[in-house]
Amino acid sequence: MSNPTGWKPSMEKDAKVPAAAAMAAADGTGLGGATRGLVHEEALLFERGSTGRCGVSLPPLPAGHDVQDLPAALVRGGVDGLPEISELEVVRHFTRLSIWNHGIDTGFYPLGSCTMKYNPKSSEALARLAGFANVHPLAPPELCQGALELMWRLERALSEIAGFDTTALSPAAGAHGELCGVMVIRAYHESKGNARRKVLLPDTAHGTNPASAALNGYDVVQLASGPDGRLHPEAVRAAMDEDVAAIMLTNPNTLGIFESHIQEIAEIVHAKGGLVYGDGANMNALLGVARPGDMGFDVIQYNLHKTFATPHGGGGPGSGPVAVKAHLAPFLPLPVVVKEGEAYRLVTDAKERPKSVGRLREFWGNFGMFVRAWALIREYGPDGLADTGKLAVLNANYVRALLRGVYNLPYETDSLHEVVFDDKLQKANGIATMDVAKRLIDHGFHPPTIYFPLVVSGAIMIEPTETESKETIERFVAAMKAIAEEAKADPDALHAAPSRPIRARLDETRAARKPVLRWRPGIKVE
Amino acid sequence: MLDAAGAKSLDDLFRSIPASLRLKRPLDVPPAVDEISLFAELGRLAARNDVSHPPFAGAGCYPHHVPPAVDQLLLRGEFFTAYTPYQPEVSQGTLQALFEWQTFVCLLTGLDVSNASMYDGATATAEAALMATRLTGRKKIVVSAALHPEYRKVLATYLRSTHDEIAVVPFGPDGRTDLAALERAVGSDAACVIAGWPNFLGVVEPLPEIVQIARRAGALTVASTAEAVALGLLQSPGALGADVAVGTFQSFGNAMNFGGPAPGFFATREANVRQMPGRICGATLDKHGRRGFVLTLSTREQHIRREKATSNICTNSGLAALAATIHLSLLGKAGLSHLARLNHARARMLRAAMERVGVRPAFSGPVFNEQVFDVGDAEAVVARLAKKGIVAGAPLARWYPDHPRAKGALLCVATELHSEELIELFARSVKG
Amino acid sequence: MEFPEDLRYTREHEWARTKGTRIVVGITDFAQDQLGDVVYVELPDVGDPVKKGESFGVVESTKAVSELFAPISGKVVEVNSPLSDAPETINEDPYEEGWMIAIEPSDPKELEALMDAKTYRAFVQEQE
Repeated sequence: MSNPTGWKPSMEKDAKVPAAAAMAAADGTGLGGATRGLVHEEALLFERGSTGRCGVSLPPLPAGHDVQDLPAALVRGGVDGLPEISELEVVRHFTRLSIWNHGIDTGFYPLGSCTMKYNPKSSEALARLAGFANVHPLAPPELCQGALELMWRLERALSEIAGFDTTALSPAAGAHGELCGVMVIRAYHESKGNARRKVLLPDTAHGTNPASAALNGYDVVQLASGPDGRLHPEAVRAAMDEDVAAIMLTNPNTLGIFESHIQEIAEIVHAKGGLVYGDGANMNALLGVARPGDMGFDVIQYNLHKTFATPHGGGGPGSGPVAVKAHLAPFLPLPVVVKEGEAYRLVTDAKERPKSVGRLREFWGNFGMFVRAWALIREYGPDGLADTGKLAVLNANYVRALLRGVYNLPYETDSLHEVVFDDKLQKANGIATMDVAKRLIDHGFHPPTIYFPLVVSGAIMIEPTETESKETIERFVAAMKAIAEEAKADPDALHAAPSRPIRARLDETRAARKPVLRWRPGIKVE
Repeated sequence: MLDAAGAKSLDDLFRSIPASLRLKRPLDVPPAVDEISLFAELGRLAARNDVSHPPFAGAGCYPHHVPPAVDQLLLRGEFFTAYTPYQPEVSQGTLQALFEWQTFVCLLTGLDVSNASMYDGATATAEAALMATRLTGRKKIVVSAALHPEYRKVLATYLRSTHDEIAVVPFGPDGRTDLAALERAVGSDAACVIAGWPNFLGVVEPLPEIVQIARRAGALTVASTAEAVALGLLQSPGALGADVAVGTFQSFGNAMNFGGPAPGFFATREANVRQMPGRICGATLDKHGRRGFVLTLSTREQHIRREKATSNICTNSGLAALAATIHLSLLGKAGLSHLARLNHARARMLRAAMERVGVRPAFSGPVFNEQVFDVGDAEAVVARLAKKGIVAGAPLARWYPDHPRAKGALLCVATELHSEELIELFARSVKG
Repeated sequence: MEFPEDLRYTREHEWARTKGTRIVVGITDFAQDQLGDVVYVELPDVGDPVKKGESFGVVESTKAVSELFAPISGKVVEVNSPLSDAPETINEDPYEEGWMIAIEPSDPKELEALMDAKTYRAFVQEQE
């Protein structure tokens, strides 16, 4: 039984909670800045109990309309249990719910590997233009050349930015892009007569990497990174053979460290006929600075919701285009967008791309996200993109310098756009990463990524992104320092955190032991 | 800042990247534009898409009216710029809304549990098949030929590296799955049967009979719904005996967006919950005994199970699911029933208008808001109507090239957006 | 932390108790402490074969999943089914009520290769 994250259940079991702490907003900790008016409790819509109201305005049914043409047993009268409330009540309900949330628009998210940068309002407005929002995917090409042109231009830009030959836009999210990328790799090997059986990946890999490999029928071989946080060529050489289909790497890796041995590693893998997959989650560090395609990667997936600021939306939708070198292009999923003369077209017919792995989702891709990403690329231009990479790295290094010594830095190696600390210095006072994270909430900040990557016990991964100002970063650092002080002076306050949001620490054990996953009449949580 | 970071220049910060890998030229993307020029440029692109009329095409993506309250609520920065709710104390808005989404999905599908949404209807359907193989230990997926062809292609792609087999059962002249052929195809090696609800031809399948055939063989029944408004009029898949209901709720709250993004949904019986992929939101109590919500049953997922996960899915379709949730809240019981009947009525109106110009349905089975017409030369009709800025429908030959009636078959939808006048114009133009 | 003297232990933190001709198996106090609140346990069926060192099930907490490894080879003759409705028993009483399966061993000598309480205690202290 191993416990690589360093997370322990005792972290979530609180010391005695002072009643005052539960109620009062301790203003001395209000450095984060987000203020609230009155915060209401808000029941579930289904608990309203009102009847007969409706919040939409629809035309009347034709006189005497019936549904006799449908078999009676296959028809229902109405869906019982649906709420029956007015538009005003719906608006109030969701408005009130929204104010319980932290969002980028409310405050800073130092989440490592998530790249929570500002979502430009211009991107949002443009995505909602009727000419983009109201196009049917099966519109004849002559009626949607604008949409197709946008997709083609985005494809060209994404291929160029990462240094590849062509990009498939269809995958719906990063993990979907990974699934696609490994599928393409498999198809490539199959075309050579041997799918091979293994995929290599470092111990710093994101969980979606081994999951994507396994879903493609591969056995996963995990390689240990070195004491400098980097994967070393010897480790790869020892594991590489002609049964390895690919190595999956993130660069910079999930420690925020550039895998500087990438070229040698790529050579080792290529020499035995394997391919190099890139998880593009950390592209923000490389924009305009370096390109995975120049490092030896054969395929990479983008996360548009990270690098190109399409909205996270509380968990999605994302968009995960997959960029490849020419030798993998024939295997890309359909459709791909092509330009013929002055006209744009989607290639959907498998006969045109007989080696394609097929279709991975309905229709063509998350077009709504393409508009936003393209708008950002147009607003940044080459200079803005290059500035992004530089500022992202500068901001992360500023945090690193200011917090050094306050929290333990497990690796001395250079950080790029994100930096990983751990809770070693706080352990002496019985404080763990979880407590630091929860206390940050009381300061008005969303916690950083915690307990990931797994190679660092009690990891705290901070990625400021380029859109945060020096002042915000300094306020964040001040909060982190205050918490480190509090860890020594009053650890119980940390165990009791958070005390300011609408809910204190929630019982995840109860949620998993006795799942209540939907409303039913008389719902009770016990 | 550079000083504090111990660097002499920005370049210094990148010293871990070998010089040979550093880009020595600017990226070859168009130069930056100011906001005004950006709006002009993208506005021109948008104007090159003709959206003057609601399309008569459905086929998995449907034109519906989205009440303005949906977008205005969605645009609240706390919703759309929020991260995944891994820190539940500051994400109760997202989490309660997800709990409400899950409840809506359960109520509409008549099943016990739902997840927090999937990428789309096609991948949700593929994931249902994979779950069925896990639950039954069997390797054969039986699908109706009348299940959405794109969903079937995605299923085939997802199954590429497994040793699972897909058996396709034909549909009859009425547009319904051939039950006798289904009976022959479903043996003790079948993990599940997948049928559309309604199917791709717009036809309402004999779901209870399909369930019986599946049950006799010990297989699961998966009902796949592309047009979710149908669930406001048709009996729920759960009530009719289906074990899994999947599809997309794009019809609620989401514009067509050229095919994406949209919220896929996945619902099943309580006993299957630990094999269900995707994020799940659950209710619990906080330290002070107040009800709150958290992501739960996370041990199924990739960040914990890694290579043994039920799926590699990480992101859900949060914002799209929220849009659907808000729209369904506005509709409520009466509104949904009304909307569904209105769609049914418009399809009937379209049928009558087509009949008046001598165009008949290609299949005799009962339909909801989509139906296939025999228009003689479907591609020619599409091209002709395109000249009027009308998207006429989906020519069936693109997906069923070998069907004897394929050449003339055009799949057309009619929704609350299609006025009587537009329907008349459409019918006249089809006649030519 | 408890280390009952009458049990044998594996490096994967399972314990084994001889009970007549059967070997009863569970996870140790250290294991349940590391795992946290157990929310779910997946056990084999009566009649299933088990092999020494191979997985026979899974135990889950909210944030971790751990495989259960058979200390010896044989056949499963009893399963503690109430655990599925009350997984917290594994935390509360890992050595008695929290027992998981009983095995009819195919080679009882395999038991001798396991650690005794003293050795296991030292092993655990090394881990911390």
